[in-house]
Amino acid sequence: MAESNVKVLGTWASPFVMRVKIALHLKSVRYEDVEEDLLAPKSELLLKSNPVYKKIPVFFHAHNPICESLIILQYIDEVWTTSASSILPSDPYERSQSRFWAAYVDDKFFPALRRLLIGATEEDKKAALAEVVGGTVVLEGAFGELSKGKAFFGGDNIGFVDIALGSLLGWIEVIGKQCETKLVSEAKTPRLVQWADCFSAHEAVKDVLPDVDKLADFGLKLRAKILKALALTN
Amino acid sequence: MAEEVVLLDFWPSPFGMRSRIALAEKGIKYEHKEEDLRNKSALLLQMNPVHKKIPVLIHNGKPVCESLIQVQYIDEVWHDKAPLLPSDPYQKATARFWADYVDKKIYEVGGRVWKTKGEKQATAKKELIETLKLLEKELGDKPYFGGESLGYVDVAFIPFYSWFYALEKCGNFSIEAECPKLIAWAKRCMQKESVAKSLPDQQKVYDFILEMKKHFGIE
Repeated sequence: MAESNVKVLGTWASPFVMRVKIALHLKSVRYEDVEEDLLAPKSELLLKSNPVYKKIPVFFHAHNPICESLIILQYIDEVWTTSASSILPSDPYERSQSRFWAAYVDDKFFPALRRLLIGATEEDKKAALAEVVGGTVVLEGAFGELSKGKAFFGGDNIGFVDIALGSLLGWIEVIGKQCETKLVSEAKTPRLVQWADCFSAHEAVKDVLPDVDKLADFGLKLRAKILKALALTN
Repeated sequence: MAEEVVLLDFWPSPFGMRSRIALAEKGIKYEHKEEDLRNKSALLLQMNPVHKKIPVLIHNGKPVCESLIQVQYIDEVWHDKAPLLPSDPYQKATARFWADYVDKKIYEVGGRVWKTKGEKQATAKKELIETLKLLEKELGDKPYFGGESLGYVDVAFIPFYSWFYALEKCGNFSIEAECPKLIAWAKRCMQKESVAKSLPDQQKVYDFILEMKKHFGIE
């Protein structure tokens, strides 16, 4: 169904933006894709629609802006309701589990991954690597609990946690190559390896995940920009 | 069916207070278990192996961790009384946004106010006031963030009011002077039994902070 008043302000490289697009694809909602250049000064639209954080993604529905990717996902799930593509489970306890693990990805796993990308010293990188690998093992356990033997965290279909973690797969691969390690390894996390393949190949996902070489190139530029900004504040 | 609800908690924790308020709003009877955070119980470690933190809500033996997730869970399970989240998806998203903002800012910035001195503390105080002013702006002329009645953002934010006196003493400043409407809102919330019973006495919190400062060697 074509929606003329649905817009995503974001960038192809951002995993948080990818989350929103995957959710919209799952719900078969068409949207306008507005690209923000992360390496350039922030646009007027971004500053006006997200004055609090000035960050992408910003989701627009009938001119109402919504910020923070996991909040956007829940909004999308509540507005476009078809049981076939439900992002969060209907049972309150299962919903709380999904929210817990998505929060774990955002509050623990992603910051460690980011520290691994921008780590300035060997020591920083070593510590971050240990955290990231430790995190994947915790998530392997979570997968066992939530999937109940099925292909995804959400069971038969991709859900909230799949989208939260799966959106990071491109960056996980890029950062892994940079460190010359497989961050999601067959040895420590065999189920996650399999899940990653299933997720990446899913209809709603495959056109959203970026080309890894393009992302690696962007990653170098982003890292340089962040380190330069950090140097200026010290 | 007999509902068994247990809350693993620590009396000065603003996060624990959120769940206390939500449970009280819904009129739910529960067992309150106080944790010694220097000597965490086997039950806590079993129920929250990932973070090992309080609060933990245990409903019929199953744990729910993270305070805002608990509040949403309580709201969804006991949905026929005192709804905390609005039913409109856009209003819900807005409520989630501001509760998340409180989570990202208040605890960390507030912490820097009592843990630091000199220039670092001055910066922290400035940031805290900016944060509180933004929330005051969001409140506007409404009696509560939730509108006419206590809502999700009110529950997420009001616990920090119990820490204001301690922060003011440590930072030598007045929050009311900078954010009078916010203090008026806080006092309005405190008139509700669910809130008054869930928040500790501000002097007690200040004494606790002084103890923490001594423990961490901060003057």
